[in-house]
Amino acid sequence: MPQKTQMASEIRNQQASILKDWVNYQLAANMLRRDLIIKEHELRDASRQFLELFVTALEESTDISTPGWKPAKEYLGELSHARAVQGFSPSETAMFILSLKQPLFDLLQRQQRDAKALAEDFWEMTVLLDRLGLHTAELYQQSRDAIIQRQQMELLELSTPVVQLWDEILALPLIGTLDSNRTQIVMESLLQRIVETSARIAIIDITGVPTVDTLVAQHLMKTVSAARLMGADCIISGIRPQIAQTIVHLGVNLQDIVTKSTLADAFHIALQRTGAAVTKVGASA
Amino acid sequence: MERIPILKMGPYLLVTIQVDMHDRVAMTLQDELTEQIVRQHASGVLLDISSVNVVDSFIGRMIGNIAGISRVLDAETVVVGMRPAVAITLVELGMALPGIRTALNVDAGMALLKSARKISSNGRLAR
Repeated sequence: MPQKTQMASEIRNQQASILKDWVNYQLAANMLRRDLIIKEHELRDASRQFLELFVTALEESTDISTPGWKPAKEYLGELSHARAVQGFSPSETAMFILSLKQPLFDLLQRQQRDAKALAEDFWEMTVLLDRLGLHTAELYQQSRDAIIQRQQMELLELSTPVVQLWDEILALPLIGTLDSNRTQIVMESLLQRIVETSARIAIIDITGVPTVDTLVAQHLMKTVSAARLMGADCIISGIRPQIAQTIVHLGVNLQDIVTKSTLADAFHIALQRTGAAVTKVGASA
Repeated sequence: MERIPILKMGPYLLVTIQVDMHDRVAMTLQDELTEQIVRQHASGVLLDISSVNVVDSFIGRMIGNIAGISRVLDAETVVVGMRPAVAITLVELGMALPGIRTALNVDAGMALLKSARKISSNGRLAR
């Protein structure tokens, strides 16, 4: 299509001035994060590299789904990812590509042509740049999602320690809300530790669990049942007064499970059951 | 057809399941174990499932049935060596095997049977 290649070659001819205008527009935009973009020449480098890829791709096609656009899209992907990590907002990231509109429109306007052809070119360029903008925003979102997901995983791993208190006694201090995902991980790590340490008693401490509703209670029961199947008894400790009231008001049945208000009480019971006792050294007779 | 051996150890029977439990195998085991309990006057059954990787609701129910039948015949069943993944699966299936005794390994199961026997012979706890 001669018209498109013509547009590309015009951009190619004016590439240096377009780049200069574009960088100036980006710098002038009040959305630009001066605190995050430290050096102007970095922005200039990024803009130059992208403009080069943009023109190369435009020489082939105006459809960004064609393979010719792959390098340009990949470059945008890297840029969005880097900006997502640095903490740019979505609109700030999208402005990188959207601010290219103005210099390109200026270029089109400078060519003296009839209004119809100009309008067509405008439209084509708008569609193209909007698509690229959407692509950028999407990639930005993906990068952010990946970051959030990674942090969630780290949180999950951090928040489910299983500690050995004594021979055959494990403690599982739970902190934060128990959802199905976490219950699964808690259960797996507890059962794994039961096998490793031949534990007979596991104390589940829920001091750090802010609320206990029917779902959380059900998850607790599941964990207790699974541990029992492995031959370990569970004691639930750290039940605060309000939570005790909630449990009864909700009609949750914890009848078959030993419950204690503090971890110390639970540990005492656990020691008794394993036949151990704690005494003070040199206590007066 | 595969058969699961039933070993006599003192007053107890030891059943070690080392093959994946198909439904037929499980049915045969149930029949043979019942017969053996009566013939050997066993007072306890150790069901070692440490080699079992896969369970379904049928096998879960089977284990429950075996324990129930043994109890009727006055032999306590202890299920030993359940793997974590199996335990989670059974709980997710809603089969927490209530009323069945469990232990981590054969040693612990044997100790459990012995202590249960002592208590019941003292007449304090008739289980």
